[in-house]
Amino acid sequence: MSLRIKTPKTGRAKREVFKRAPKLVETGKKTLICHGTKSSNVLNAVLTEIYHLKKDNAVKYTRKNDKIRPFESGGETSLEFYSLKTDCSIFVFGSHSKKRPDNLVIGRTYDHHIYDLVEVGVENFKSMKSFSYDKKLAPMIGSKPFFAFIGEGFDNIVELKHLKEVLLDLFRGEAVTNLNLAGLDRVYVCTAVSSNKVFFTHCALRLKRSGTIVPRMELVEVGPSMDLVVRRHRLPDESLKKESMRTAPELAKKKEKNVSRDAIQGKIGKIYVPDQKVGDTALPNKAKGVKRERREAKNKSESNKQESKKQKQDSE
Amino acid sequence: MAQQQYQIDLGNLMAFDPHHQFPSIPSSREELAKECLQQGTKLVQAVADALFSLPSTENPDGPLVQLPPPTTKLPREKPLPKPSPPTKWELFAKKKGIQKRKKDKIVYDEQTGSWKRRHGYDRVNDDKDVPIIEAKMTDEPGGDPFAKRQAEKKQRVEKHEKHRLHNLKQAAKVGALPSHVQLAATSLPITGTQAAPRKVSKDELQNVAGMAATATASGGKFDKKLPGEKPPKHEKKYRKFLPVVEGSGMGSLEKQQTEKVLNKLISKNSHEILNVEKAVNMYNVKKDKKRKSQQGRPSSTASKLKPNKKPNKKSFKKGSSNKGNPSSSNKGKSR
Repeated sequence: MSLRIKTPKTGRAKREVFKRAPKLVETGKKTLICHGTKSSNVLNAVLTEIYHLKKDNAVKYTRKNDKIRPFESGGETSLEFYSLKTDCSIFVFGSHSKKRPDNLVIGRTYDHHIYDLVEVGVENFKSMKSFSYDKKLAPMIGSKPFFAFIGEGFDNIVELKHLKEVLLDLFRGEAVTNLNLAGLDRVYVCTAVSSNKVFFTHCALRLKRSGTIVPRMELVEVGPSMDLVVRRHRLPDESLKKESMRTAPELAKKKEKNVSRDAIQGKIGKIYVPDQKVGDTALPNKAKGVKRERREAKNKSESNKQESKKQKQDSE
Repeated sequence: MAQQQYQIDLGNLMAFDPHHQFPSIPSSREELAKECLQQGTKLVQAVADALFSLPSTENPDGPLVQLPPPTTKLPREKPLPKPSPPTKWELFAKKKGIQKRKKDKIVYDEQTGSWKRRHGYDRVNDDKDVPIIEAKMTDEPGGDPFAKRQAEKKQRVEKHEKHRLHNLKQAAKVGALPSHVQLAATSLPITGTQAAPRKVSKDELQNVAGMAATATASGGKFDKKLPGEKPPKHEKKYRKFLPVVEGSGMGSLEKQQTEKVLNKLISKNSHEILNVEKAVNMYNVKKDKKRKSQQGRPSSTASKLKPNKKPNKKSFKKGSSNKGNPSSSNKGKSR
C-alpha cells in the first residue's frame, strides 16, 4: 500500500477524533462566533451575548478576520477552515461597514462547506444588563429552550422562512429525546414585524401553579432583545439540501405487521396458519403386498372420504 | 384563539402562529415587546399543554418526558457514515457459519497454576516463560531454537499487518475508513467524504519533466540526458509565419489576420458611430474653405503658390512665370 496509515497515538486523541467523526444520530451543532475587520460596540455586545446564550456549545474568536466575506466567492475559504478546525457547523459572523452597519451573517455548514447564509442587520439592541428581573429566574446554561414564532411572514416570505429555520437551528441546543420538565426555563420569542424585520427577544420562564397538571406559563424578558433586518440571504443548493436531509435507513422503523393494540384488550396479534396439505401426506398403511386393483380401490375410497369430509367442513 | 391555529413542533418545543397580525404596529418599543410577550405566552402555553400531557416518569431531578421526534427538518452537519465493507475474515466466517464468541479476559495457566491475563504483559502461555526447549531429532544442529521461535512470531505478526492493511485499503476504496484511521499522505480531516488522492499519471509526469528540462537559457540543449529520457515533444516555439504575398487561399490568410485585428480595434469604438464633435468640426472646416475659396480666389492662389516657389526659383530668375503677382514674387526673392 502506497499510503501510510495514521492512527491517533493517545487515547485522548482517539476520543477527540471519534467525537468529530460523522454519526448516525447527531445531537447538536457547535457554533463559531467571529467578526470581520471592523466591528461596532453594538455588534461586539451582540456577539458576546449570543456567545453567552450558547456558552455550552460555542467557540468565540476574538481576533479580526480580514479574509472572511461569506457571500463572495473565495471569501468563505478561511471560514470553512475554521469550521473544520473547531468542528463547528453554525457560524455567526459580525461585520460593520458604512453600507451595512451592524451586520450579522448567520450561516450553516454541511460537511464543513457553506450550506446556507442569512444576513441580518441589528437594530434597537438592548443588552442583557439593561433588563432588571429576579436573578433566581435567570436561565441555566444549556437548558432546552421554547420557541415562539409569531406572524404570517414566517410562512409566506422566503427570507423570513429561511431566517426562522436558521434561528431555530442556532438556538435549539442539544437534540434530546428525554426532557426534564423541571429544567424548562427559557423562551425565544420571534415576531415578524414587517416583511423584512423580525423582533427577537429572549425570555425567562416562570412556572406558576394553575390547579391542573399543566402549570401556567409566565414570560419575563431577560434579554438580549433586538430587531433583525434581513438583508441578503442564500438558500442551500437543492441537491445539497436533499443530501443533508437524509436520515439513516437503519433508524427507520419497520412496519409492524399483524399486531394491533387495543385499550381494553391490550396487544392483539393475528396469526395466519399455512395450508396443512392434508391430501399430500403419506398414508400409514401402504403395504407393499397389496395388489394393484385393491390398492387403487383403497386409495379411491380414501380420497372420496376426504372429499366428503372437506365438504362437511365447508358446509359448517 | 383556538389551539388548532398554532403549528406545534413538540420535538423542538416550538410553536408557530402563522395567523397573527398586529391590529396596528405599536409605535413605542415597550408596547411592541409587551404585545409580543403576550402572544408568546399563549404559544408557550400551547406547547406546555401538549408537553405536560405526555406520559412522564419520576426522577429525583424532576419528571422526565420522552419527546416525539421533531417535525421541522433541519439539515445534518455531516454526511451519514458509510458502512464499512466486510473484511476477508468476516466473509469467510459468514460462509462457514462461524460466530463470534466472547472470551474471558482471565485464563487459568497450567504452567504456573494461577489465573493470568489472556493477552498482554504477564500473559498465559507466554513463550518467555519457557526457559528450555527440548531438542527434537529433526532439529538442525547449531540453530538457535529461541531465535527461530521469535522469527516465526515476527512473520506471523507481519502477515496479520498485511491483511489488516488490505482490509483498510478495501474500506478506503468505498470511502468507509474507520474514523480513527487517516491516510497519512493526505491527512485529510475526518468528514466522511475522505478520498485518496489521485495518482499522477505517467504522461503528466513526462510533461512536467520535459518542461523542467527545457527551462534553461539554452532550452536544455546542453543538458545531460538521463538514461531513457525522451526528447521534449515540442522543441521549438509555436510560431507560424504566413506568406506576405497576396493571393488566394494561404496568401489571403495574412490579410485576414490583420483585418481581424483592425476590426477588433475599430469595433471597440463602434458604439460611437457618429462622433458629433468631429463631424461638426469637419463641416465647419469645409465650410470655411469653401467661403475662402469663393471670396478671394487670387489671394488664395497666391498663398497656395508660396510653398511652390522654391522649385520655381530658377525659372523666376528668368522672369518667365509669376508675371501677374509681382509683390509676392518679390517677397520670395528677398528670402
